[in-house]
Amino acid sequence: MSETPRTVFACRDLRVAVTDSETGQAKEIVHGVDLAVRAGEKHVLMGPNGSGKSTLAAALMGHPAYRVQGEILLDGEPVADLPPHERARRGMFLGFQYPVAVPGVPVATFLRAALAARRGREIPVREFRKELAAAFRRLDIPRDFMGRYLNDGFSGGEKKRLEILQMLLLQPVFALLDETDSGLDIDALKVVSDGINAAAGPDTGVLLITHYQRILDHVRPDVVHVFMDGRVVRSGGPELALELEERGYDWLREPAPAGGGEA
Amino acid sequence: MSDRQQLAGLNEDYASRYGFHDPEDYLLKAPKGIDHAVVEMISRKKGEPDWMRAIRHQALDTFLSLPMPRWGNQELLGEIDFADIHYYVKPKGEQARDWDDVPEQIKKTFDRLGVPEAERKFLAGVTAQYESEVVYHSIREDLEKQGVLFMDMDSGLREHPDIVRKWFGKIIPPGDNKFAALNTAAWSGGSFIYVPPGVAVKIPLQAYFRINTENMGQFERTLIIADEGSSVHYIEGCTAPTYSSDSLHAAVVELVALPNARIRYTTIQNWSTNVFNLVTKRAHAHRGAVVEWVDGNLGSKLTMKYPAIVLRGEGAHGEVLSIAFAGHGQHQDAGAKMIHAAPRTTSRIVSKSISKDDGRSSYRGLVQVLRGAKGCRTNVECDALLIGERARSDTYPTMDVAEDDVSVEHEARVSKLADEQLFYLQSRGLDEDQARLMVVNGFIEPFVKELPMEYAVELNRLIELEMEGSVG
Repeated sequence: MSETPRTVFACRDLRVAVTDSETGQAKEIVHGVDLAVRAGEKHVLMGPNGSGKSTLAAALMGHPAYRVQGEILLDGEPVADLPPHERARRGMFLGFQYPVAVPGVPVATFLRAALAARRGREIPVREFRKELAAAFRRLDIPRDFMGRYLNDGFSGGEKKRLEILQMLLLQPVFALLDETDSGLDIDALKVVSDGINAAAGPDTGVLLITHYQRILDHVRPDVVHVFMDGRVVRSGGPELALELEERGYDWLREPAPAGGGEA
Repeated sequence: MSDRQQLAGLNEDYASRYGFHDPEDYLLKAPKGIDHAVVEMISRKKGEPDWMRAIRHQALDTFLSLPMPRWGNQELLGEIDFADIHYYVKPKGEQARDWDDVPEQIKKTFDRLGVPEAERKFLAGVTAQYESEVVYHSIREDLEKQGVLFMDMDSGLREHPDIVRKWFGKIIPPGDNKFAALNTAAWSGGSFIYVPPGVAVKIPLQAYFRINTENMGQFERTLIIADEGSSVHYIEGCTAPTYSSDSLHAAVVELVALPNARIRYTTIQNWSTNVFNLVTKRAHAHRGAVVEWVDGNLGSKLTMKYPAIVLRGEGAHGEVLSIAFAGHGQHQDAGAKMIHAAPRTTSRIVSKSISKDDGRSSYRGLVQVLRGAKGCRTNVECDALLIGERARSDTYPTMDVAEDDVSVEHEARVSKLADEQLFYLQSRGLDEDQARLMVVNGFIEPFVKELPMEYAVELNRLIELEMEGSVG
């Protein structure tokens, strides 16, 4: 009965360009990336600062600032031409490195709208309250969060917890987490890691973007990718992360490719 | 419950909330334009005492001698043609127009807001009255037992001339500005409220409950006196669009909060976009009194409105909380004035504006601390949100402080509806319109939460309509 789990996310020859504000020229930042994540798998994409990791994450979610070529498949369906909200409704989730504040919008109001969008139906207040309370307990988030304004005046750790909470509630098919571990103290890191492990159930694939080894003490990856200068330069098992920890990135660096840029 | 259901439920008691009856049939005909003959006729027809007639005539002279404001939107102000306006109170029957003449856009908005049939016709000026309702009478009886006077201004003058004479034009003298002078000469309708000492009026008084008056007249005149230690909340206007073929609306509102009294005055106005809405609002707050203006401006072509509070007794507190929404072709020029004329008075101004398309909003504010007013605190916050590349916002704050021992805070922010906010919300499944609306609703939340529930729901719904099809 051990079927191979389905591929929940894949991209093929993905190229991402941004228009340079000075020259008006399109500048390619991601130069042809292939990835495939199966249900139940946790992948980690590691790379030095400025390698284009966040650009890749935002482009996969459909950020309008980027021009994307190549294929993006969510649960087998092409989504590269869909706006961000359609990707989200079909089960793609992006945990932000810097979650954006929306003053005046209570967390509960926002979450209820997001949940309704994902499930395609209004969520009755009682049902919503119950579900939310359970998720809050699980992530050790105080109940007064519900009435606070979305990410407004939140500490870095609070923002990250709320990102994880959203992931748990929205039950994505594929979750992209962009540096969700950065800026966390050790307790918060534990909570966030537990959340990631909980969300990465048998039906969900996770791609965790980071440049720190330390979260991997809590989240055991199935596959590690090394991302440099807009390319995946190496993929391997968990041992690859340890090797990076010991040796740094330079031994993997190719001769600087022409046109390769900073992100 | 969906928003639509909530709205539907909300409207069920609308009919009962309106209580107009007993039409007064002013059969007045006058040519357009204003002169002493017109003023004389208005006053005679109303059977006013000589002193009021004298005030009107004097105010007319003041109006004719005062220049137009030399500030504000000169181009739009220049469009006002005083000779092309009717200044008499029209009989309701003649004011009614044909439903077919009501613009499609207005009808559509009624549909979307779920405004009941009878009310639509009233709002559109097709019918002027409703069947009177039991609810109205019971409220009126409660108020009468407490000694609260609540009636239209014309009745107030007839039935309580002493009170009116004592306060009328004392807070806003006719010479204050050209439009206040015009109002004083030509006023009709508006509300008159007197709350006796120590009486707390539990329910908000709404203009809807008045009898025999134009709900929102061209030159309405409102006077509210809260006697010592009393409190009252008055609400005027409504969120449904108010269609008017009269292009000039120059209201005057005077509030008096005697020692330790409390007045909150909430306005939501949504005039049709042909209207010049030039309103003078001012309050006197005596010792220990609290006055709050909660002022929401949507619609109109040009609004100029700066609710003012003179803090004239020690320890008085004043607040102005306002939002303005300027859409295509509109200019909302709004703000506040706070005059600290006594020691240890405190004030707070929160002004929020949204400009969309080529809409324009201006904050114009004055905070003055007079000599001798020691230990005052004031806090001013202006927040402007721009939607789209052509939207515009300006801030004209003036601080005039004659004392050292004063705490003055001023904060002004202009923000664009940020792409990053939209992307964040979209990444959670909200489409672009939903995301934009959520950001805007968040922006006005500090205002909305001050409104009674039914107004808050209506205002959110209205903002949703205004935001539809906007291009970011």
